[in-house]
Amino acid sequence: MPYDYQPFPYTAPPGLTAPEPRHKVVIVGAGPIGVAMALELANYGVPSVVLDDNNVVSVGSRAICWSKRSLEILDRLGIGDKSVEKGVTWKVGRTFHRDKEVFNFDLLPEEGHKMPAFVNLQQYYVEEFLVRAALDNDLVDVRFKNEVVEVDQTAEAATVRIETPDGEYSLETEYLIACDGAKSPIREMMGLDFAGELFEERFLIADIEMTADTPSERWFWFEPTFHPGQSALLHKQPDNIYRIDLQLGWDADPVEEKKPEKVIPRIEKVVGHSDFKLDWVSVYTFQCRRLERFVHDRVLFVGDSAHVVSPFGARGGNGGLQDVDNLGWKLAAVLEGRADSGLLETYNTERTYGTDENILNSTRSTRFMTPADGAERLFRDQVLALAAKAPFARSWVNSGRLSVPCVYPVNGADDKALPRVSRPGAVAPDAPMGNGWLLNALGGRMVVLALGCQAPEVAGAEVLTPEITDEIRRRYMGEAEKTVYLIRPDQVIAARWPYVDRTAVEATIEAIWRGE
Amino acid sequence: MTALIDTPNLADHDGFYEELLATHKGLSEAESQALNAQLVMILANHIGDRTVLSEALALARKTPLG
Ligand SMILES: Cc1cc2nc3c(=O)[nH]c(=O)nc-3n(C[C@H](O)[C@H](O)[C@H](O)COP(=O)(O)OP(=O)(O)OC[C@H]3O[C@@H](n4cnc5c(N)ncnc54)[C@H](O)[C@@H]3O)c2cc1C
Repeated sequence: MPYDYQPFPYTAPPGLTAPEPRHKVVIVGAGPIGVAMALELANYGVPSVVLDDNNVVSVGSRAICWSKRSLEILDRLGIGDKSVEKGVTWKVGRTFHRDKEVFNFDLLPEEGHKMPAFVNLQQYYVEEFLVRAALDNDLVDVRFKNEVVEVDQTAEAATVRIETPDGEYSLETEYLIACDGAKSPIREMMGLDFAGELFEERFLIADIEMTADTPSERWFWFEPTFHPGQSALLHKQPDNIYRIDLQLGWDADPVEEKKPEKVIPRIEKVVGHSDFKLDWVSVYTFQCRRLERFVHDRVLFVGDSAHVVSPFGARGGNGGLQDVDNLGWKLAAVLEGRADSGLLETYNTERTYGTDENILNSTRSTRFMTPADGAERLFRDQVLALAAKAPFARSWVNSGRLSVPCVYPVNGADDKALPRVSRPGAVAPDAPMGNGWLLNALGGRMVVLALGCQAPEVAGAEVLTPEITDEIRRRYMGEAEKTVYLIRPDQVIAARWPYVDRTAVEATIEAIWRGE
Repeated sequence: MTALIDTPNLADHDGFYEELLATHKGLSEAESQALNAQLVMILANHIGDRTVLSEALALARKTPLG
């Protein structure tokens, strides 16, 4: 069944009749990132107003692959279980050259994590779940049909002018968060450069409805016989919807290619029959770009407004949710007066770092898929040829390196003898804990995780001493008998020690709040 | 100090050179290019040392070329 697009209600905002008091946070854009940002801030007790020029969720599936880390973040926002339940869980990807499998990957080869490696779920569902949670949350004030048309800022506040069906008004806010998407009008209004690269290639992206018995796996073809010389992707979504991406070449006419009489025969060749319905079709050209800085005094950029990537690797929406994860606790602390704007600057440094990793991976995949004539094509074709005869070349076949969170370059203490997965800068790996999960127990607080020892009371953090299970030993201790971890509110490991040292832990906590 | 050996290191270099040419025998220009590309990647994987490979690429890119 195709998705039923229900408009969200518009009500005339109070600012139309009398000036509103200065808000703490105004978010522009009720896409997945804007609404997630509002819910994350609400978790820290920070109220916000979310403005969106539209009143429906994303048209077309757009983002379908949500990573394990995104699911963990959505879980904190109250829609994790729902997303997994509705979504199609998958972890295996297969890559074919012509009609032979040349490479496959398993993204989560081990048990003992609450969330799967990936679920496929249309962006419109994720947005619907988020908006419903926001409408139920007293700290979030979502205003549809409120288009921001002007932005300004002073040292103390940002101001936006807003158009509604009932006229214009203005809002003042301590911080303005631009989550207004890839074409970000706020970015335009502020005249900020969005530097990067456009790939001269067109892709047909289609959702079809059909009943089929295909396994829940990602299938990617280079030069399949059903679509000669190009690449193709088939991916399963809920409701018997399948996503098909077909590379078309730069010369393809984007208007012609969207016509059903052109699309349907192409898809018939992919699925081998005509027993399907077209649900959504679009032709895209992809880019990798980012803002030089994500923090501009009182205006913060989050999600696609700050960075865009080509989708092979699912690093767009997932990268945006990692921005939310990184910014929420920092902005809450600054608004509370717990930290100064130096902490916000670490949002800039950490997320531009993460973004560069996403851009690097997405660019490499896109280049492998769309090589320029000459040496690029020569080597690409020879990797594919070699993959058929030498095992090493299979992993060189690049149809997308799927989103994983980056490891931030943090300054905290480390003990190299401890397991690498839980090194400082990494997201704390999940593990079963009692009847629940470690990540749920960490929540969004500063936590001292004491393993195999009793940690003393520490100022500014809660102490957690879980029972040592096999998973916790493997992921956090290795051969060590005792360890102490300091974990940030975004569940990133800040530091770890093979001994208990209260002074060192407290000094690290203070350094984090100072943005060091 | 470089990691790449750019001094004689192969005992039977004349023999290898002959075998390299023989491997290309009968191939078209395009096939030869393909073979060379595969060979580069096979050897790179075997060497398995990123520093050595970067130095090898830099040496090959140095003028004169062709
Ligand atoms: C074909 C395709 C496939 C993709 N696949 C994946 C995937 O598998 N996984 C993944 O993680 N990502 C994927 N992405 C990327 C993902 O869709 C984006 O990263 C994501 O939508 C970004 O969310 P956002 O909230 O930042 O921006 P958007 O979703 O673009 O939301 C921006 C919002 O701001 C509103 N707005 C704009 N201007 C104004 C204004 N002036 N005033 C008020 N409101 C305004 C818009 O109406 C919109 O609601 C894909 C993208 C495409 C196109």
